[in-house]
Amino acid sequence: MSKRSIVPFGPQHPVLPEPIHLDLVLEDEKVVEAIPSIGFIHRGLEKLVDKRNYKDYLYVIERICGICSFMHGMGYAEGIERIMDVEIPDRAKYLRTIWCEMSRLHSHLLWLGLLADAFGFESLFMHCWRMRETILDMFEASTGGRVIFSVNKIGGVLKDMDSAMLKSFVEMFDKMEEEVKTLTNVFLKDYTVGSRLRGVGILTKEDAILNGAVGPMMRAAGIEQDTRKLGYAAYGDLDFDIITGKDCDSFARCEVRINEIFQSFNIIRQAVDKIPQGPVSVDVKGNPNGEAFVRLEQPRGEAVFYFRGDGTEHLNRARVRTPTFANIPSLVKILEGCDYADVPILVLTIDPCVSCTER
Amino acid sequence: MAKITKSPWLLHYDGSSCNGCDIEVLACLTPVYDVERFGIINTGNPKHADIFLVTGGINEKNKAVVKQLYDQMPEPKVVVAVGICACNGGVFKDAYNIIGGVDKAIPVDVYVPGCAARPEAIIDGVVKALGVLDEKQKAFKAAKKQKGENK
Ligand code: SF4
Repeated sequence: MSKRSIVPFGPQHPVLPEPIHLDLVLEDEKVVEAIPSIGFIHRGLEKLVDKRNYKDYLYVIERICGICSFMHGMGYAEGIERIMDVEIPDRAKYLRTIWCEMSRLHSHLLWLGLLADAFGFESLFMHCWRMRETILDMFEASTGGRVIFSVNKIGGVLKDMDSAMLKSFVEMFDKMEEEVKTLTNVFLKDYTVGSRLRGVGILTKEDAILNGAVGPMMRAAGIEQDTRKLGYAAYGDLDFDIITGKDCDSFARCEVRINEIFQSFNIIRQAVDKIPQGPVSVDVKGNPNGEAFVRLEQPRGEAVFYFRGDGTEHLNRARVRTPTFANIPSLVKILEGCDYADVPILVLTIDPCVSCTER
Repeated sequence: MAKITKSPWLLHYDGSSCNGCDIEVLACLTPVYDVERFGIINTGNPKHADIFLVTGGINEKNKAVVKQLYDQMPEPKVVVAVGICACNGGVFKDAYNIIGGVDKAIPVDVYVPGCAARPEAIIDGVVKALGVLDEKQKAFKAAKKQKGENK
């Protein structure tokens, strides 16, 4: 047996936009064990429920993560609406669905870009991010923000999109779809990309279940599960299939996310077709008393929210189980036995969002 | 600032941000905003960097990391705090694990407010930082010269 050595990876590392630390135990060039340690960006925002009233807390929980900020806000709003028995207008549900899918689009494009950057394909990174900017422009036009939108409210949404805007969005998406197809073909067909991704980082179906993987990570292992099928917001009225992969490797995860991009285009089109007219929010009075669980499908996988109120304006407890946190055991699993040079890419294939993980 | 005299390289570190500001920092490097046209490159190595962009506030665990990265950067160097979190803790100011803005760990030269800070604001901040960098460089050279004369 050759000698073991430990190489620290992170918290600051060129491929990591966010700090996470891994101690990699190496035997020559092979990783035999990866020991993660987290907490560099822990802020303790769940505890802030003590200091902000339940309506203001929405703006704190949105800032769990700048990528899924819309979905975190929405999860919170849905939770409080469930506790308080508020039925939000249908139009608000559709608007939330559209914004959710736009978040997924920009998140997946962002991830594709980072992946391209990680295997040294810089122009591809730039193209992905250029396309992402189009979606951010749409976000800005419809909500006023590029990253943090603050457009949810307990009882609906704060802004409406008129039909002209929705129509122009669909036209833009139609145009974008072609471009994205050209772009993603590089990921799917290029020999070099394939050689970095195929057969690397295999997470079998059994391991995925055992380690509690979520989202594309799990679906790439062939497990058919998508929280959107629970029918929250307007997903119940829309028609879509669960996308799965079969090879269980990094390539399958990439493929699943790419297919999800096209699925999102599709869902948005359906939602725009079906969106009913009407108000976008209802007034909410009183304080939440009771508890609620909410499950949402974020771009990285299933997020679970738990809230408990006791009739005062401050919640008793807020808890979020975010997808990246659930995927860390799977990451540790796929790192075992990999080549040292593959570590950055494998870390990226779980689509890590550290600020979600640590909150 | 009249003109840019060198190509400044950036080091970016995420303190305890919500990563909203981080993706905006990265967005600055991509085609729409493209700071590379000023010769600005994002480097992962503190020893190559002139400008240190920090997002997010300071907590017990990352204080040492930020300090260490700062110390590794060669003189002269400029620190830019990006986002209101990095300026003073922002929305997380009252959270138990946040000590405050980046200036609690290292000296900050330019503050870029916003939540999230817009790419235009970040670029503005970086341009301002270039001015500060120029000044520091002059002072640095003068000090060196004086030292040389004294020897
Ligand atoms: S300033 Fe706002 S967007 Fe930036 S890191 Fe802080 S909370 Fe996130």
